[in-house]
Amino acid sequence: MTAARHTWFMVVRQARNLAREPIWIVMMIIQPMVWLLLYGQLFKNVTRLGGFGTQSYITFLAPAIVVMNAFFGATWSGMSMIADLEHKVVERFLATPASRLSLVLSQIVRSALTAAIQAVIILLVSLALGVRIHTGVAGWLVIVLAAILVNSAFAGISQAIALLTRREATMIAVANFIGLPLLFLSTTMIARAQMPHWMRTAARFNPVDWGVRAAREVVLPGTSWATVGWDLLLLLGLTAVTAAWATRTFHAYQRSL
Amino acid sequence: MEAIGVDGLRKRYGAVQALDGVSFAVREGEVFGLLGPNGAGKSTTVRVLVTLTTADEGRATVAGHDVVREQAAVRRAIGYVPQDSGVDGFATGRENLMLQGRVQGMGGRDLRARVNELLELVGIADAADRIVRNYSGGMRRRLDIALGLVHRPRVLFLDEPTTGLDPEARVAMWHEVERLAHAEALTILLTTHYLEEADQLADRLAIVSQGKIVVEGKPGELKAGLRGDAVHVELARGEVERAQAVLGEAGATPEQVLDGRTVVARVDHGGRALPHLLAALDGAGIGVESVSVSRPSLDDVYLYFTGRDFRTEDRGE
Repeated sequence: MTAARHTWFMVVRQARNLAREPIWIVMMIIQPMVWLLLYGQLFKNVTRLGGFGTQSYITFLAPAIVVMNAFFGATWSGMSMIADLEHKVVERFLATPASRLSLVLSQIVRSALTAAIQAVIILLVSLALGVRIHTGVAGWLVIVLAAILVNSAFAGISQAIALLTRREATMIAVANFIGLPLLFLSTTMIARAQMPHWMRTAARFNPVDWGVRAAREVVLPGTSWATVGWDLLLLLGLTAVTAAWATRTFHAYQRSL
Repeated sequence: MEAIGVDGLRKRYGAVQALDGVSFAVREGEVFGLLGPNGAGKSTTVRVLVTLTTADEGRATVAGHDVVREQAAVRRAIGYVPQDSGVDGFATGRENLMLQGRVQGMGGRDLRARVNELLELVGIADAADRIVRNYSGGMRRRLDIALGLVHRPRVLFLDEPTTGLDPEARVAMWHEVERLAHAEALTILLTTHYLEEADQLADRLAIVSQGKIVVEGKPGELKAGLRGDAVHVELARGEVERAQAVLGEAGATPEQVLDGRTVVARVDHGGRALPHLLAALDGAGIGVESVSVSRPSLDDVYLYFTGRDFRTEDRGE
């Protein structure tokens, strides 16, 4: 229970620090809007190709943008760990009874919390743009949950990389390296039916696509709850694995001191 | 009782033998200084004692707890003020202190009162609710120390407490540490590469060089152990060699020459020997411009025990 309490203390610390950066808050709200409006306009007519399950591209796109945004946010979450390592904040806590687990978990939780808030904002804007979530409140919950899980899963990886490299430049390179390929190897912007065969196969193994699939499933008619459940379960499993990896790299970091 | 006991610590970082058998003991209520140039192994010793890292060999106890087997107990008993701060620059001073208290298991009214008390005690109460990034170096250092004290530890570790401070802030910090040691009934282990700092603050000190303790004792005793004060004689006409010969015959040990016209000689009881030395110089017709007697400094102690000049060594690292 100490770990949970300490994680909460650390999340509050990080969230408060972020909330003090007005530019960060503006970016956090505006950036997903840009994705939604830009992509929404750019690919507006693509639904004519068929296989999208709706004529409204924005309806097709909105849940995926929520997940994509959560994914992008996660790839950067290690930056905050690197800052804490550099400023020796982590070391100061290590000389106290602070829960070791909380130092890693709080970073992931903070990242996921941010993704959840952004998810709600994007969904509200989508609503204003005429997007209707077919399954109602349950659908909202699923989309926010998908965002949280995709974010946590990749935040775990980001934290592990941060702890292994301890360098911002490397972190940026890795985030860029995995960001766009995983986005294009998913059904975020295009219907599965319109993807080349090999990409369709690759997308099956892409956790970003698991999230997109679950989120989109609850927006469009003909929701398969089994698909939703299965995708969320896969994401949960992955989150557990990456969080465990991040924790291991943290122990390795401690041993390196 | 013994607040810190260190026995035969060795630690290697790759090719560097950071600790090469460090042993010393700190008594309860004492301010103990680890003095040495950068890279001597002081910080590594502290990092072992505060459970941040472990030694390859040897053992150590802090407040009666083994630093390896009883880490949790050690962490509750100590305050650690690291060399590079570790304060959250984006939070306020108060927020930093509150969080530090919470992870130490404090909370509620007790914690709030303690934080207020400490903010007053270290003199940053006016800046308590400002973001730490905007603090001056001295204020930041005061906050660092307060962070180490929140949970009323018995033993406080100060790693290079005044590095990076200007001379004025440094002296202010010395007074602060002296006052805190008293007010909080603390045992303090402090590392420093400032000889003046060790001299001023430490009840006892150990000189660390190349991973080993070279000598341990009270600053006064260490200096007295050198037997001899330094007499600086500034000559009116620069007859350095003759002056050295005369001083030598008069019972002093001539050492170096400064600026080509000041002879430094070592002599037991400088004050008592001075009239005699001056009479000898006068008798030889050597004009003296000025003369001073100084007690041996820790510089001299370091040179004596390590055979190396402290300042050269400190810069070298």
